[in-house]
Amino acid sequence: MGQRMLMKGNEAIAEAAIRAGCIHYFGYPITPQTEIAHYMAKKLPKVNGVFLQAESEVAAINMVYGAGSTGTRVMTSSSSPGISLKQEGLSYLAGAQVPAVVVNIVRAGPGLGGIQPSQSDYFQSCKGGGHGDYRQIVLAPSSVQELYELTVEAFNLSDKYRIVTIIQGDGILGQMMEVVEFRDTEPIERPETPWAVTGHENKRAQNVITSIHLNPAVLEQWNRNLQEKYNLIKEKETRYELYNTDDSDIIIVAYGTVARIAKSVIEKAKEEGFNVGLLRPITLWPFPQEAFEKVIDRTKAFITVEMSAGQMLEDVKLSVNGRRPVYFHGRMGGMVPERDDILKLIRDIYGKSA
Amino acid sequence: MAIVFQKPKALKDTAFHYCPGCTHGIAHRLVAEALDELDIEGKTIGIASVGCSYNSYDYFACDMIQAPHGRAPAVATGVKRSKPDNIVFTYQGDGDLAAIGTAEIIHAAARGENITVIFINNTIYGMTSGQMAPTTLLNQYTTTTPYGRIADHHGFPINVSEVLAVLDGPAYIERASLHDVKHIKKAKEAIKKAFTMQIMKKGFSMVELLSTCPTNWGLNPVEALNRIKNEMIPQYPLGVFKER
Repeated sequence: MGQRMLMKGNEAIAEAAIRAGCIHYFGYPITPQTEIAHYMAKKLPKVNGVFLQAESEVAAINMVYGAGSTGTRVMTSSSSPGISLKQEGLSYLAGAQVPAVVVNIVRAGPGLGGIQPSQSDYFQSCKGGGHGDYRQIVLAPSSVQELYELTVEAFNLSDKYRIVTIIQGDGILGQMMEVVEFRDTEPIERPETPWAVTGHENKRAQNVITSIHLNPAVLEQWNRNLQEKYNLIKEKETRYELYNTDDSDIIIVAYGTVARIAKSVIEKAKEEGFNVGLLRPITLWPFPQEAFEKVIDRTKAFITVEMSAGQMLEDVKLSVNGRRPVYFHGRMGGMVPERDDILKLIRDIYGKSA
Repeated sequence: MAIVFQKPKALKDTAFHYCPGCTHGIAHRLVAEALDELDIEGKTIGIASVGCSYNSYDYFACDMIQAPHGRAPAVATGVKRSKPDNIVFTYQGDGDLAAIGTAEIIHAAARGENITVIFINNTIYGMTSGQMAPTTLLNQYTTTTPYGRIADHHGFPINVSEVLAVLDGPAYIERASLHDVKHIKKAKEAIKKAFTMQIMKKGFSMVELLSTCPTNWGLNPVEALNRIKNEMIPQYPLGVFKER
């Protein structure tokens, strides 16, 4: 058994990154994720790492682009408005295939919005907030323990596929304290980086990190190669949790904080005689379509619950593809879905009233 | 037969795509000569920017990264902080460095980031066909100042070297010109000195190079070189603005 510690979600992310061998962090302050920067500022100098507070989110993601280009494990973290500013850089990282881990502790928008939890950046993370046909792996932890484990995993995935991996949390996950049990050694997988710019030392050909290809035929082929990689990731790296879905009539689809609320809904519904399950995407991209194939024959309806106006809802509908009704319950602006509101919807679906 | 003149080793054997009379080729050559003479090409990582020199990695033989518009100093920071023993330089134009990349260059300079910046000032956006740059001279005609740059409406040119020289971070800032052989030789010494400062870990170094854009200026190559001497140098005086 490893060391057990009571930690804030944001601190668990930072600690996980260091344990994963990421000792380079570039960031800019924004609530509600700033504890990540505080933790890094304190710890990284002690492990011969670099914490650098950038002049802007734009600069921070470009520092990440530079460090990632040298084959160095690197991370930045921010929250929604800051992540919007990073979109230019994220598109370049995707185009040039530079691995990096980016944490988004989502707050409510649009605009400056608020600092309370939200899931309204699903489109931005999963559908490409920047320009061009690109994808990034999006991991959605649901506990502080999972923030730790998935952060370590994020670095492995980024390096394996030369892709950006987003850790998508929300203000609740970032700020809440839970016990984390750390492994004695982390399962670090680091492939060779023959593509990295490190100075050729007159021993190999020049390496170039670039995303520009002015010849459209060349650029189309470059895009095809990217799409091939994305398809491989879809095939190999889709993750999800199925909870109480063996003989449930209704399945709630929810991720992150909302998945925890869903579990309490399921317990309460059981008391009322309703059999409800949970399908929890752990990878938001690639979206776990296969999970729907596993449960669709034995369920009557789906309820998507989100802290948004219904963003993941679109992927749920695509996955269900008209075979079952898909209901929706969403809260916005930093408001959190409440158990009883979801229960009411379940009762309505069962054709009963409380 | 003895070879008395050849391309620097740090330049690849690729023909430049730059317009006739453009001084990018000279600037590239001077940087490459400095890398050769200091014997640092093998550990150098260059950062190309957005502008006519976006693909300078087709010419420079060292490892290179192509950076988003204006972000080269931030990218260079990420490289240098993760690989402090490498030599890192950016090659940026005036639209890239002095407009969209103002924040990045000021903060890299203020941090004393141990990188070298080669700054091409030709008073215009070249690649996008001759729009006003922050460095455009008063009364200069461009495609976005068709009636001339008017101070009341467009504001004034930015003298980047002087602006950065007031900061404590930079170790070395010089403005040089590429309009004749005598000045090209001086520019070469400035570039070599800037890289030497980096090797000595003194901090941020920048060489601003007054350059031509005959195509967008609507001048022939000789007229363009004369414009540097007659019109640009009065606004952008040559010399060392910071050295420590």
